[in-house]
This record gives sequence, C-alpha cells and structure tokens, in this order.
Amino acid sequence: MIECKNLTKVYENGDVDTTALKAVSFHIEKGEFVAIIGPSGSGKSTLMHILGALEVPTSGTYFLDGKEVSQLNDDELSSLRQQKIGFVFQAFNLLPRTTVLRNVMLPLLYTDTTKSEREERAKQCLKYAGLEESKYYNLSNQLSGGQIQRVAIARALINNPAIILADEPTGNLDTKTSHIVMQAFQELHRKGHTIILITHEPEIADFAERIISLRDGMIESDKKK
Amino acid sequence: MIAIDILQETFWSLSANKVRSGLTILGIVIGIASVITMVSIGQGAQSSIASSIQSIGSNLIIVSPGAQRGNNVSAGRGSSQTLTVADADAIKTEIQGIKAVAPEVSRRYQMTAKGTNTNTQVVGTVPDYLTVRNVAVDSGTFITDNQVKTSSKVVVLGPTARDDLFGVGTNPIGQTIRIKNVDFEIIGVTLAKGGSGFSNPDDSVYVPLTSAQHFLSGDTFVSSISIAASDSNTIASVQQEVSDFLMKRHNIFDPQLVDFSLMNQADIIATASSVTGTFTILLASIAGISLLVGGIGIMNMMLTTVTERTREIGLRKSVGIRKEYILWQFLSEAVALTFFGGITGVLLGWIASLLVSRFAGLSTVVAPSSVMLAFGVSAGVGIIFGFYPARRAANLIPMEALRYE
Ligand SMILES: Nc1ncnc2c1ncn2[C@@H]1O[C@H](COP(=O)(O)OP(=O)(O)OP(=O)(O)O)[C@@H](O)[C@H]1O
Ligand SMILES: [Mg+2]
Repeated sequence: MIECKNLTKVYENGDVDTTALKAVSFHIEKGEFVAIIGPSGSGKSTLMHILGALEVPTSGTYFLDGKEVSQLNDDELSSLRQQKIGFVFQAFNLLPRTTVLRNVMLPLLYTDTTKSEREERAKQCLKYAGLEESKYYNLSNQLSGGQIQRVAIARALINNPAIILADEPTGNLDTKTSHIVMQAFQELHRKGHTIILITHEPEIADFAERIISLRDGMIESDKKK
Repeated sequence: MIAIDILQETFWSLSANKVRSGLTILGIVIGIASVITMVSIGQGAQSSIASSIQSIGSNLIIVSPGAQRGNNVSAGRGSSQTLTVADADAIKTEIQGIKAVAPEVSRRYQMTAKGTNTNTQVVGTVPDYLTVRNVAVDSGTFITDNQVKTSSKVVVLGPTARDDLFGVGTNPIGQTIRIKNVDFEIIGVTLAKGGSGFSNPDDSVYVPLTSAQHFLSGDTFVSSISIAASDSNTIASVQQEVSDFLMKRHNIFDPQLVDFSLMNQADIIATASSVTGTFTILLASIAGISLLVGGIGIMNMMLTTVTERTREIGLRKSVGIRKEYILWQFLSEAVALTFFGGITGVLLGWIASLLVSRFAGLSTVVAPSSVMLAFGVSAGVGIIFGFYPARRAANLIPMEALRYE
C-alpha cells in the first residue's frame, strides 16, 4: 500500500541546508499498525508529512496504492487527502475561533453529505477520541491542550480514512486518556485501517505491531513483533 | 450542496472574525460615504448656482454704474452714481431689439410690520421689472406705471419676506409695513422663484422706483438698469449698442474711462460655473484622498490577516479541500464584505448629503457616477487584496502554507 524508495528531504533556508531525511526506503502493507520512534529532530514529522501528501520529497519516490504521489495534480492530491488519509498534526492546527464541531466537520465540507449526517459523524468521532460532550460547542481557543489533541484526532477520523497518520497523538494526554486513545487506534486497526503513529514513549509504541526507529534522518531499525 | 457550503463558510468565517470584518467594512464605508457626500455637495452647489442665475431673467443685460477714475484713483466698481432713469428711458427709445428696460434702486433696509421686523432688500423699480427679471405675481398686483408716476407708498412682498414678517402662507394684502419711518401699503405678493444666497428674489420687497428715490435713497440715481433683449442671438450686439450709446450720452470718448459696466447673463453663468467647477474639483480631491485612505485601510486589513489566513488555507488544503472551493470561499468573503460595506457607505453618504442640505442649507445632488466610482474602487481594492493573497496561499504545498509566518 505504501512504498517509499530513497526518500530524501533537504530544507533550504538561505545558506544553511538541513537534511531531514536521507534515502529512507520502506514498505507498509494495508492494515498494518506502525509506530515511528526516534529522538527529537530525527525527521519523524518530515516523513509523516510526506506520507500524508502534505509535503514533497526533495528526491526519491513515494507510491500510495500503486500511484506515484509526485505525479498527481493538485485536485488529485486533494481527493487523496480527503478520501484516504486522516492526519493528526503535531501542532494540531485547529481553525481559530471556531467551535469543536465545526473543526471536526471541516474535512466533510463540499462532500455529498447533509448537515445532520456531518454532525452525527463528528459527534461519533469525538466520542471515540474521548472528548466530553459538554465541550462540543466550545471555541477551539477555549480548550486545554489535551482536549485540542482529541479534537484533532476526531477530525482525522471523520472521513473514515483507510490510512491514519498521527504525529504524537498522545503527547499531551495523561496515561489514562492516552490509553483510551490508543485502544481506539487498536480497534480501528482491527477494523482494517492502516495506522502509522509517531511517539516518544516506548509504552505507546508497544501498542503497535511494527516499530520503525529513525536517527538523523535514516532508519536505524525496523522491527516486527 | 457546494454553493450552500461556500455561503455558510463565508458567513461563519466573517462572523467568527468580527473585528477583522468590522474594520474592513469600516474602511469601505468611510471611503464610499465621504466620496458621495463631497461630490454631492460640489455638484449641488454647481447646479443651484446655475439655476439661480437662470432664474434672474432671460436674455438679460445688466448696466451698473462703473468706477470713477477721475485722477487715476479708482473708487471701486459701482461706487459712482452715474446712471439715471433718463438713461434707462433713452436706451429704451433709442436702441432696437430690446423687449423691456427696468431701472432699479436696491438697498437693504430694516423694516417692521405689526410687532415683527426683518432686514431685507428693497427694490425700487418699474412694472417692466416683471418681464426683465422673470418675476410673477402670486396674489394681488405688481407696481403700476401710475404708482411710479405718483410715487405711491405701496409695496409688493417676495414670499420669503412675507413669511418673515407675517408668517408662512398668510395673505398680508391691505396691511402696511414701515420702512425708514414711512408706511407702505401691501398690494401684492410675488410667486416663489427658488434660488438662494445673494440677492434672493424671494427675499426682497418691491416699491415704485420714484417712491424709493423720494422716501428711501433721497437722490435720483439708480443702482442698475436691467435690459431684456428680444432675442438671445442679439444679446451681444445689443450689449455693444448700449455701451456705445451710453458713452455718447455721458460724453466719454476714451473707453478706459467709462463710468458704467455691462454684464450679460451668459458671462455670469460662465464665471460662476468656473468657480463652482473649481470647487467641485477641490471636493472631489478631498474625496479622492478619503477613498485612498479607505482603500489603504482595507488593504491593510486584508494584508495583516494574510499570515493567519495562509495557515487556514494550508489547513483546509491538508484535510483535502480542493483549491477551487477555497478560492470561492475567499472570493465570496471579499465580495460580501465589500458589498455590505458598499451599501452601508452609499446609504450613509446619501443620508449625510441629505443632512448637509437640510442643516447647512446647501443643496446637494448625489451623482450616480460618484457612487459607481466609490463603489468600484473600494470593491476593487477589497476583492484584489482579499483574493490575491488567498490565491497565492492556495497554490502553496499545504505544509508550506501551514508554516507561513
Ligand atoms: N521548515 C523547515 N526548515 C528547515 N529545517 C526544518 C524544517 N522543518 C524541519 N526542519 C529540520 O528538519 C529536521 C527534522 O525535523 P522533524 O520535524 O521531522 O523532526 P521530528 O523528528 O519530528 O522531531 P520532534 O520529535 O521534535 O517532533 C530537524 O533538524 C529540523 O530542524
Ligand atoms: Mg515532530
């Protein structure tokens, strides 16, 4: 399903070039549950953005479902993001001054769904991500860090994507809540979704079946349980 | 579905960012309203001056006493007393192509009626004044030849003078007013002509010429002679003939030393409209500056929100919303703001011009062209600066837009 060959990403900032990824190659099958670990600055987020079709690699190829992503045009990329991928950003990225529900429903805009269907799905996903019902109509700037994180997770689930990409989805959660979230991911995994998540905590990585470890933009190890 | 979503997103986005929307609208409102008000004042002044000049008569030539330049000292135009009733009579009998001639003695006096008083223009004249100055009688009669011959103490009121002395719409015929300790009996009221400002025909009272000379001015000179040419094409030649005739009559051979001056209506209109034209240009430039300031305000508002909006666009793209829908939403936001601001601005400008004409007594004309111009400029600025950054952001890769600072 996901096939990467020699992915390299170089950030050019004036005179300084930062190589965030160096010739990374791997293969992820449909339905796998993968954790990506590694020290800060090792290129985890960069890799995830490329997998989410949000960033283009400097060189190398990325095939998703047999299609080379760099060959797709803007509209095809939009459809890909909307239909196949649910993305949880490390920086969450909610719409400011907008209610929780509207944030979660954002990916369903301009799709063939009615308002009540959208709200219904949004509420389901929020429940799944473990957010209290009393917060559904709060504005995004009236939430705690952990609540924002759960809204971001709910938004990633709303279009029922085949692939869920989550960049440190439990970074702001206490142990109990992060376990609730991880169990939700496990359940999605059992239902056949492909899940890739980044984490710092070995305990969270243990929920996954495969652990890819990055260091200095290169794969250090790739272990299946 | 898509159209409804776009409209709803527009609405939500505008109402979630009230300050941003409010300030943008304010910029547009100020720009448009000030342009409309300023231009309407200028155009109103222009048309009211033109129409009040038209209303003073038709094919009119006015002879005024000139400056006396005896020994190289000019005492100022109109200062000399050189014109007499005899001059007027002679012009009438000697020169062809003249419909009517009306000499007049005009001066402001304080006058009283039962318990009220006012200060207004008293015009001593002859019956032909009606023809020459396009004045009509509303009720009663105007001055007759016989009353001029016998210096009768009768007076015809202009409607504004009547309103001031006796109250709006009353019929004062038969009552008397006192001017300079002389009682004049009211025999008529003239029809309102409109017009405003200096020598308003509605705010004057008319007495027989000889009565004005005997009881008020105390001499035999006249302050001007109004001549109506019988045809608008002959005004210039009649004016020349009158000039030659009066020079001969006053024994003046050097054109530098003439003791009268002649002016016809076309000259007055040309002078006045060049003045009001300058005035309109002045107001329009003030308005243009306010439009510029308003436009820069709109632009600023749009540009200061670019960072936030670029990230928002990055986020929308990253969840898979197509570029075209994002652009439609942003365009629709910009259009909604400019239209809302534009309509408010037009209404406000219109109300402001009404207030100006009501409380400042200036007539105003809201010109469609100024509305279009003001609307066009603010809409253009709003849409270009609302839409252009959005289009740029929508063409970025989502992560680049999300990282934008
Ligand atoms: N836009 C950018 N411009 C320049 N350098 C960048 C940019 N984004 C990331 N980098 C650099 O690329 C490297 C990898 O960054 P990345 O965000 O992928 O790290 P990470 O593994 O996700 O770290 P963390 O665990 O702290 O989130 C870092 O050295 C970082 O400084
Ligand atoms: Mg990261």
